[in-house]
Amino acid sequence: MRSVASTVLTLVLFATYLGIGALAHDTHFSLGWVLASTLLVWAGPAQIILISTLGSGATVVQTAIAVTVSAIRLFPMVVSVLPMMHTPRTKRRHLVLAAHFIAVTLWVECFRLLPQVPRERRIAFTHGLGAGLCLVCLIATTIGYGLAANLPQLFAAAILLLTPLAFLLSTARNCRQLSDVLALVLGLALFPLAATLHSGVDILISGVSAGTIAYGVHWWRS
Amino acid sequence: MSGFLGDWHALAVLVIAGFLPNEVWRMLGLWLGGGVDEGSELLVWVRAVATAILAGVIAQILIAPPGALASVPDWLRYAAVAAGFAGFVAARRSIFTGVVCGELLMLAGKWWLG
Repeated sequence: MRSVASTVLTLVLFATYLGIGALAHDTHFSLGWVLASTLLVWAGPAQIILISTLGSGATVVQTAIAVTVSAIRLFPMVVSVLPMMHTPRTKRRHLVLAAHFIAVTLWVECFRLLPQVPRERRIAFTHGLGAGLCLVCLIATTIGYGLAANLPQLFAAAILLLTPLAFLLSTARNCRQLSDVLALVLGLALFPLAATLHSGVDILISGVSAGTIAYGVHWWRS
Repeated sequence: MSGFLGDWHALAVLVIAGFLPNEVWRMLGLWLGGGVDEGSELLVWVRAVATAILAGVIAQILIAPPGALASVPDWLRYAAVAAGFAGFVAARRSIFTGVVCGELLMLAGKWWLG
């Protein structure tokens, strides 16, 4: 729990989920529904997309596609984090809950904090961190839902700006190798190009190409 | 939508449009990534792709902002993120300083624009 309290990212998450609660109120979802979405989806951008897309009258299928494209990033995140928790006795089912908790914040914090945790305790540590963050977000969702009608537009804009700022800076801080830095810079630069394709999976195209170029440079230099 | 959770239809929509399309990638990662060695070259590539996809998500929010963020002009959004990054670097990689710098520039810009 001390790790939950010690990170600025908790503050950012809190504010983001205030925004998600308010968004859900404005689009006429029930409080229980948006709390269930925080618990089950547990990914800020996916929830913003889910609520705003459904709220704009899109069909369930259209919404599911938009959500799943934004969630592709979770796949490489899970693949890169779980080996840090693996011990020779770890079964796959022991990692299901830890995998569910993986989202940007936990991905970043695992790389920062797990090396200080003894290997056999890392799964328990991740469960504690994930559950703590989830609780903070459930509270924030409830408060945001209650405050919604009184939030000025400027405040709402400031909350929405938190997501790109915090994602960018926390990823930048966690860059360990040249390939990470290149992936971040190229990923930012290539997305506007990929977006001109209007393929529906623009993020996937720019992400895989930028990541592969970054890895190629890393491989060529070593 | 009535009641605390809403009706069963609303919950079914949540599971089909929100939970499953999101969770499938985590479980695929768990299923396919189980045996990967921590120090392997494959993971360097996977981490680079994860970072680049995340960078794409960041760029998308800035280029096509959701909700109230769209009321902030393009140049001000980009300037706010640049200020945030500058603050982050100047304060020796402090995320907190960076976030505060970015937010303050955005609020100051909006106030100045009136």
